Amino acid sequence: MTTFSNQSLMRNKYYNWIIKNLFSSWVNSLMTVVAIIFIYEVGTFFLNWAFFAADFRTNFQGELITDRSFCSKNIMPGEYGACWAIIYARWDQFMYGFYPIEEVWRVNFVYALLPLAIIGILFDKLPFRKYFIYFTFIYPFLAYFMLYGGPGLSVVGTNKWGGLLVTLFLGVTGIGLAFPLSIILALGRRSKMPIVKSLCVVFIEFIRGVPLITLLFTANVMLPLFLPDGVNPDNLLRALVAVTLFQSAYMAEAIRGGLQAIPRGQIEAAQSLGLNYWQTTRKIILPQALKIAIPPIVNTCIGLFKDTSLVLIIGLFDLLGIGRAALADMTWTKLYYEVYVFISLVFFIFCFGMSRYSLYLEKKLKTDNS
Amino acid sequence: MTKIKSLFISLLLTLGVSSAIAGSHGSTLDLVKERGKLMCGSNTGLAGFGAPNDAGVWEGIDVDVCRAVAAAVFGDASKVEYVPTTSKVRFTVLQSGEIDMLSRNTTWTLSRDVDLGLEFVGVNYYDGQGFMVPASLGVNSAMELDGASVCIQVGTTTEMNLADFFKANGMSYESVPVETNSEADAAYTAGRCDVYTTDASGLYASRAGYPDPSAHVVLPEIVSKEPLGPAVRHGDSEWADIVRWSLNAMIIGEELGITSGNVDEMMSSNNPEVLRLLGAEPGYGAMLGLSDDWAANILSQVGNYSESFEKHIGPNTPINIQRGLNALYKDGGILYAPPFR
Repeated sequence: MTTFSNQSLMRNKYYNWIIKNLFSSWVNSLMTVVAIIFIYEVGTFFLNWAFFAADFRTNFQGELITDRSFCSKNIMPGEYGACWAIIYARWDQFMYGFYPIEEVWRVNFVYALLPLAIIGILFDKLPFRKYFIYFTFIYPFLAYFMLYGGPGLSVVGTNKWGGLLVTLFLGVTGIGLAFPLSIILALGRRSKMPIVKSLCVVFIEFIRGVPLITLLFTANVMLPLFLPDGVNPDNLLRALVAVTLFQSAYMAEAIRGGLQAIPRGQIEAAQSLGLNYWQTTRKIILPQALKIAIPPIVNTCIGLFKDTSLVLIIGLFDLLGIGRAALADMTWTKLYYEVYVFISLVFFIFCFGMSRYSLYLEKKLKTDNS
Repeated sequence: MTKIKSLFISLLLTLGVSSAIAGSHGSTLDLVKERGKLMCGSNTGLAGFGAPNDAGVWEGIDVDVCRAVAAAVFGDASKVEYVPTTSKVRFTVLQSGEIDMLSRNTTWTLSRDVDLGLEFVGVNYYDGQGFMVPASLGVNSAMELDGASVCIQVGTTTEMNLADFFKANGMSYESVPVETNSEADAAYTAGRCDVYTTDASGLYASRAGYPDPSAHVVLPEIVSKEPLGPAVRHGDSEWADIVRWSLNAMIIGEELGITSGNVDEMMSSNNPEVLRLLGAEPGYGAMLGLSDDWAANILSQVGNYSESFEKHIGPNTPINIQRGLNALYKDGGILYAPPFR
């Protein structure tokens, strides 16, 4: 037989793949063609709108855009696309809310250290992982000190926080605080002690039985009514409490799923070795249960991260809230698409990151278990 | 389970209300002075009425009332902390004492004034609910809207007026509920509903921002009275007086022709009312528990009502609202402040 060159083999491979997957029957061929046309149309429209016909800082006449009337699309309707100047003009608000501009370096500092703080938890093969984990425990205190202020730093009240800062603060802190709480709840729910068990069941079912928005309202509106005059716990803190409780109930159920997947034999084996309850739980049960529960845990984390934008209802400006406030400013009103596309992009980056990480873990665990 | 739950909830509510009533003593003015800033409930963002600008500074005609009160109390209009509130939480935030006053396009109604334990101290904008539809629908009157889908902000008087109007005229509608004004606007622009209803000021403001304003019609029917004004809690009349007269000072300032630019010159005016207002004739500030130059501070730092109106929502702004009902009584409107004496 003739010998095929490497290149033509490759070409054959692609050709076969295309025939097999895209054009196997006339129905499939039709769908492929329609899909390609659709993707092409939508894709070119979007790219054109977002990049080629868009204004960034200046309009088509080269003027710096300082309000919406300078946007090319408002000068020549139909000719031009997005007007991204609103994002430039409001960049600080999107990132830091109303944080005083001369103190913004503190937020940047906290943002910059965030990857260092979580990398130790995410990857177990990291060199010097121990030190990263130490840093993870120091980070919340450091971050709080840097953001809120204290000795040596001026105090910036949480009412000045906003935008991505609030979104990340609620998301990261909520998830971080909910994690230990949810382990306790999950263990409590499986406990043989009736009072502990019923307390955990009532807590979890109650929190899971109401929407997050109800919890936010309760924390925001009813809490101050019970407290004496003048004692107003911080608005952001109230939201954080609600978010944490909500997340812990959901995460507890995810972890309980992991706990239930551990065969009874594991516990018996541990007990027969003379381990007590805490030793069994800490060394045998939890490491296995958490591994199993990681995909659903990450799932609830992604859900929570997006749910944080509900805090707009109680008057906190998260990323979405800041975007809406920008739209309410006369200078920029009506640039909906620009603002919402930008916000979606930011949320997408974080949620997609979490989802890829979950996938990576799943793959890793698969090899571990086989 | 439901019984226990409802018992629990009612217990919580009782506790809450009783502690709120028990807690509502102590002078708000002292509290504000001690804190060093005024806590003012604002909108989460409504063009011209209250929204943060690019620098993060709040601006708008409602915001100016907060600034006026701060100028009266502290002599510094910037000593305000804005607490953004949505239409759902605005009253509870005020009742719980988290804010000292609420100034966010809130309609003065009997039940809010009496039943919710609020005190509306005046009106800073007379509004009325209207309807906007795309001109392409060919609708000329709100009476032709039977069966239409309507974008409506939940928890507002607008929602109730809408239901009343359609019921009274034997028509039906399909409501498309939205949370904020900008969302309602976006939903209408995207064609998710046929009709966009809110206060007429809001409709004009939205329309001004459309690429082609003439493609939308604001229908002639105004179906409600919507006097929008600042509110405080029941139970502290002295504080209510301060907020009321801060607003009145802006209106009287316009009547007397005092602007932020000419306060100093007017100090030597021959008009006794001007002298009383600006504190050149002492004694009036003390009645309110304020310094004598309180109104002068309002007018020099915030300006009179007309200045505030023209700057934020007047014909020279993108919102482009005519004075109309909100002109002074002597210019054909119904804006009227009691005499300053």
